[in-house]
Amino acid sequence: MSNVIKIKKGLNINLIGEAEKNLKELSTDQYAIKPIDFIGVFPKMLVKEGEAVQAGTPIFVDKYRENIIFCSPVSGVIKEIKRGPKRMLLEVKITADGKDEAIDFGAENPKKLTREAVIDKLLKSGIWPFIRQRPYSVIANPDDTPKAIFISAFDTAPLAPDIDFVVNGNNKDFQTGIDALSMLTKGNIHLNLDAGVAHSSVFTNAKGVVINQFSGPHPTGNVGVQISRIDPINKGDIVWYLYPQDVLTIGRLFRKGIVDASRIIALTGSEVLQPAYYKTKIGVNIEALIYNNTTDVNKRLISGNVLTGDKLELDGYVGFYHTQVTVIPEGDYYEFLGWGLPGFKKFSVSRTFPAFMFKNRKYRLDTNYHGGLRAYVMTGEFEKVFPFDIYPLQLIKAILIEDIDLMENLGIYEVDEEDFALCEVVDTSKTEIQSIVRKGLDLMRKEMS
Amino acid sequence: MKFLRDFLDKQKPHFTKGGRFEKLHSTFDAFETFLFVPNKVTSSGAHIRDAIDMKRTMIVVVLSLIPALLFGIWNVGYQHYASHGMAYDFWPIIGFGLLKVLPILVVSYVVGLAIEFAFAQSRGHEVNEGFLVSGILIPLVMPPDVPLWMVALATAFAVIIGKEVFGGTGMNILNPALTARAFMFFAYPSEMSGDKIWIAEKADAFSGATPLGHLLVNEVDKLPTNLSMFMGTIPGSIGETSTLAIILGGLVLVITGVGSLRIILSVVAGGIGMGLLFNLWGANEYMNIPAYQHLLMGGFAFGAVFMATDPVTAAQTAKGKLIYGFLIGVMAILIRVFNPAYPEGMMLAILLMNVFAPLIDHYVVQANIKKRLKRVKAAVV
Repeated sequence: MSNVIKIKKGLNINLIGEAEKNLKELSTDQYAIKPIDFIGVFPKMLVKEGEAVQAGTPIFVDKYRENIIFCSPVSGVIKEIKRGPKRMLLEVKITADGKDEAIDFGAENPKKLTREAVIDKLLKSGIWPFIRQRPYSVIANPDDTPKAIFISAFDTAPLAPDIDFVVNGNNKDFQTGIDALSMLTKGNIHLNLDAGVAHSSVFTNAKGVVINQFSGPHPTGNVGVQISRIDPINKGDIVWYLYPQDVLTIGRLFRKGIVDASRIIALTGSEVLQPAYYKTKIGVNIEALIYNNTTDVNKRLISGNVLTGDKLELDGYVGFYHTQVTVIPEGDYYEFLGWGLPGFKKFSVSRTFPAFMFKNRKYRLDTNYHGGLRAYVMTGEFEKVFPFDIYPLQLIKAILIEDIDLMENLGIYEVDEEDFALCEVVDTSKTEIQSIVRKGLDLMRKEMS
Repeated sequence: MKFLRDFLDKQKPHFTKGGRFEKLHSTFDAFETFLFVPNKVTSSGAHIRDAIDMKRTMIVVVLSLIPALLFGIWNVGYQHYASHGMAYDFWPIIGFGLLKVLPILVVSYVVGLAIEFAFAQSRGHEVNEGFLVSGILIPLVMPPDVPLWMVALATAFAVIIGKEVFGGTGMNILNPALTARAFMFFAYPSEMSGDKIWIAEKADAFSGATPLGHLLVNEVDKLPTNLSMFMGTIPGSIGETSTLAIILGGLVLVITGVGSLRIILSVVAGGIGMGLLFNLWGANEYMNIPAYQHLLMGGFAFGAVFMATDPVTAAQTAKGKLIYGFLIGVMAILIRVFNPAYPEGMMLAILLMNVFAPLIDHYVVQANIKKRLKRVKAAVV
């Protein structure tokens, strides 16, 4: 196979609560699609509360790109359309009827279709939103032709699911998905694997892809890091990306003709009694997922991983793009002279705590900031966990002053907020770097359109 | 600690919005967070955060300065008794040293922190911990006999003009402690230079010249031994004399990663490089002293370890740090040897490079930008 691309900078955070390779079925009737999962989308509702839907029934569209449709993952009844401040659409809750009725979009071999027909099918079935683009990490524009498509087939984030385990046995769905994707680009489809481990035949036998091997700590699994090493994004370039379970969903659409929103979600974290994998559907209710399986402490429920995930309330729903749920303790406690004591049990990358002497220790970390917001003082911290040829602090400052040219020159097209997650973790000044980067990306997108 | 927490929780409402002492919110917050790491939790972005914060960082720097401070206290006493030709026991020496050094330390902290609190208050910010370090650095670069009102004035100048007018810790261009030192040097030259000031209450007949003072008048033969310069049993500013104590502190900074080894090494490299160059030239006796001796004398070691590494005023990029450090080393020796008006070049060298650090970074970042633009061109072709 191809050469291994080695990435040195980064950081693996070892947490307690990795999911055991044990697949459980989860039966619940509560699901939701959350418009807030889709960056830059202004939802326009197509259904009303109480209306019956099938898997594949359009729920809402993007007001400014009406061909981008978002569909129901299950058949059932719209239970509630939940709005937040300023009538912002938060959740469209659906009570499943258990009949698994689905709209038939027709089973077809994607290789025998035109590019337009493939795109049309993906759009109509509401599966298109799985395909996102860099720069900006928004849903891809069907009118663009990307220079390449990237699939990261491993996740290096803390407690991340083992994707080989998740996709295992779905060879045909995956290959059909790849076939469909191959109609969308003239460039390569890059399937990126982590070097040094045995891979599922789903990946190793895939045809029509370029397999790249990576080794290194998180964020090596981030698709942005992989793009920067293989086919970096310059101004004007567009790369599309998606994840293996999304490819399976596309494959099932073409093989069965229906929207099969099955997802395997890893339930992880130190506060989960029995961390495991659950076979369920997109947008599953978190209460059902963690039912009777967590400790009694005050908990933080996260859809996604601890670095980039979204905070959920107990009645929340797993995000559209998330394949992991993490439960960790809340950190709402005071700590007497916490900054001055040796802190033998604390997690820190800096060597101001003894943690650096215990490399393999696993941590039960909470959500405490461990300090107050300050101006940037320390330098060289971010560079150690940021494997891009980009000056992170300078880019962050360029975003803060909204200097479009400088942001562009410093490489904002190549990065996503998730790439800065580790910078945010190690930041002595406790700033919200990911949301700063998101603002920068949104601003660039607005200016460039 | 429950009773303390309960007490704070009880007082807190008075200092929050609508409370009786609303205007003193920053002050309350500073004391509260000093006692207890706050209970604030993440809401978006990364849910977990590193245990390090600004207080931890600054306390490590303060810790690293303790050896130099302790040695300074001893040396102030030792030099005083030695100048009178008296050999005294350990405790009287320490007693005299404390009598001289502690008031300076207290004045520096009280004046500096009072100003910091006032600015944080008026801006509605949390009080930044930066002055915890500046407050101990300032006494360490003062001569032992300095009048306290001068320390107060210099500290006020450094904090207000050197830091707060730029927006506070993190925004300043010049190192605050060196700003205080430079202010004293230029405002009160007679109190800050010459042979008389480096030993507290010196006996009149005794020459109190520092090694750099000797060299300035080409008295190479009067230089103390390398060992006493390394140990620090020489006259000088309170904290700068002992290279050994400074190395101990430097180890703390480098091991914890708070101070940049890159900067320290490049300052040393610049200093030695310039020293060797002068050796080749050899126009006078000063130029002929071994290059390594430069590192033992004056404020070179202290500046390299504690002043040049200030992350706010140093270059911020990895490459920039190398250039910045190297030029500090070069400049320090250059000023020492060539400019008789300024026997100590380190202070001016660091302040000069503080000013140039953003420029160095600018060019380093521009190189990165050019590389990116080149890639675009290559992609188009």
